[in-house]
Amino acid sequence: MANGNGNGVGQRLAESVERVRSSQAWSSIFRPGSPFRAGYSDSPRNRSYVIMNNVLYHLHPVKVKRHGVRLSYTLCLGGLSFFLFILLTITGIFLMFYYRPTSPQAYQDIAALATDVAFGQLIRNMHRWGAHAMVLTVFLHMARVFYHGAYKPPREFNWVVGIILLLLTLLLSFTGYLLPWDQLALWAVTVGSNMGAYSPVIGDQVSFALIGGVQITADTLLRWYVLHVLFLPFIIVVFMAVHFWRVRKDGGISGPL
Amino acid sequence: MADIPEHILRRSAEARAKAEGRSVEEVLAELKGEQPAPPAESPVASSQSPEPAAPSGEASKIPEALLRRTAEARAKKEGRSVDEVMAELTGQAPAAPAAAAPAPAAAAAPAASGPVRDLDAEAEKYGVPSDLLQRAMIARARKDGKPIPQIAGQAAPPPAAAAPAAAAAAAPAVAAVPEGVRTQRLLTVVKAGAIQQVKAEPTDKVNVWPHLLAIEFVALMACTAFLIVFSTFVDAPLLEFANFNEQPNPSKAPWYFLGLQELLSYFDPQVAGVLLPGFGLGGLAIIPYIDRNPSVRPSDRKLAIMIFTFFVMSAGILTIFGSFFRGPGFNFTFPWVDGLFFDF
Repeated sequence: MANGNGNGVGQRLAESVERVRSSQAWSSIFRPGSPFRAGYSDSPRNRSYVIMNNVLYHLHPVKVKRHGVRLSYTLCLGGLSFFLFILLTITGIFLMFYYRPTSPQAYQDIAALATDVAFGQLIRNMHRWGAHAMVLTVFLHMARVFYHGAYKPPREFNWVVGIILLLLTLLLSFTGYLLPWDQLALWAVTVGSNMGAYSPVIGDQVSFALIGGVQITADTLLRWYVLHVLFLPFIIVVFMAVHFWRVRKDGGISGPL
Repeated sequence: MADIPEHILRRSAEARAKAEGRSVEEVLAELKGEQPAPPAESPVASSQSPEPAAPSGEASKIPEALLRRTAEARAKKEGRSVDEVMAELTGQAPAAPAAAAPAPAAAAAPAASGPVRDLDAEAEKYGVPSDLLQRAMIARARKDGKPIPQIAGQAAPPPAAAAPAAAAAAAPAVAAVPEGVRTQRLLTVVKAGAIQQVKAEPTDKVNVWPHLLAIEFVALMACTAFLIVFSTFVDAPLLEFANFNEQPNPSKAPWYFLGLQELLSYFDPQVAGVLLPGFGLGGLAIIPYIDRNPSVRPSDRKLAIMIFTFFVMSAGILTIFGSFFRGPGFNFTFPWVDGLFFDF
């Protein structure tokens, strides 16, 4: 590195990049092993650090069985389910800024997304299609795990956690279904929640608790909104944490067939 | 033995001769089986040999684990007991064809291990010095006030059968422990080896960075791109404002519940709406506890795959049926005749 006098723009740029990368602030942000840190080299040690020293990546082990990396083994279905959940969280938070869970406003707010909000319709579409896609990927993930026999010891309990996650995914999707407060939402939810009323013995109580009354009203809307944006996501995150943790503790990805 | 090529045998003999300071020819002859191994002069002699060190001298250079594996493989192939083969491999018992010699002992314990209780073999097997084993045996005999030969078989864990020969070997040692001298007592015989299996299975692994993260990144990008493009061109449905007084015909549940709604048209609502889905989810959850088959190979689990596939296909067919083939009044319809009655 020269002193910079009379050098081209390219070199000056490279120099200042180097200066920033070796500054104290920069290296306080990027932990050892980060490819963004000054002096990163592609060594086995750094490859381990990339995973270990990153809060997101360290969900992963440092190494995985080679067959597990093949796309054809998992089809990324579990990962995509998780990623769709993250996408749904992001788009969902966006939608929350424009939505009021009260009777006429809910519908108006959804309708206004298409006209009054920049990218509103796109985000709503992504949220809706993403939700359907997540139901699909979660289900396919379950089928994949079954066909690989990956629920067998020591992974039995993680399969059970997975079934709970499937149920929670369906509930999340179902509670979200009511929120647009249009004819489709109202009557689909009516049909769906009527089934809960047929539960033996406690049917009426289940139905009452579920829809917050004897029939679907604006109260149901608020109830399902809270379930949809707060309660169920909270529960599902807890179970996802257990699910991912158990994947690691049970020996990583299931063995080759 | 005869199948091994000459030059390999010779190389092996040279190495062994060098290690043991014997002549190559001698070792070679021994390897070829033309001459018995030094300790096993005659089957009878070796089976009754009181000398503990001599028989295993040569064999003990080979790691125990390897010997045992060989013995197991050979025993399986020849249908003999592992201990018998093991004893033979360590040079403490005659080779199979000569089984007639130790016949009396073998007849006494046909199902059990070798014909003779060999303290050396046991010592090697359990990782306990043979003199300790011997002392324990004698101590127990003394305590019970029985003559040593009778209890020889009880002194150590099962595989050893009663063997007078070993007791004969032990007899002199009684005098070797002076009276009144405080000695260590053998409390128990613990099999050598760690509590945990620390043997790491060699597996073919790759670094997550970059191999897995790169794939995941591409998958996430592809997923996002697909979702954005799809959302750009296909709008989420939004019908008229919710109206409690006007139920659309047909009214359908969200698509993932349409299989259940389809079932509702066959069964009592309590069965179709609650019991079947309840049993469905419950049944899914307990799969790992029902399916005790440890294999993950598809060819070994045809029944499990068949049953699961049956239920998944049934659910799929019911869902497709409920989605596309049900029209007003939830009556049967062909989508290409009456159009679609379905909304996402």
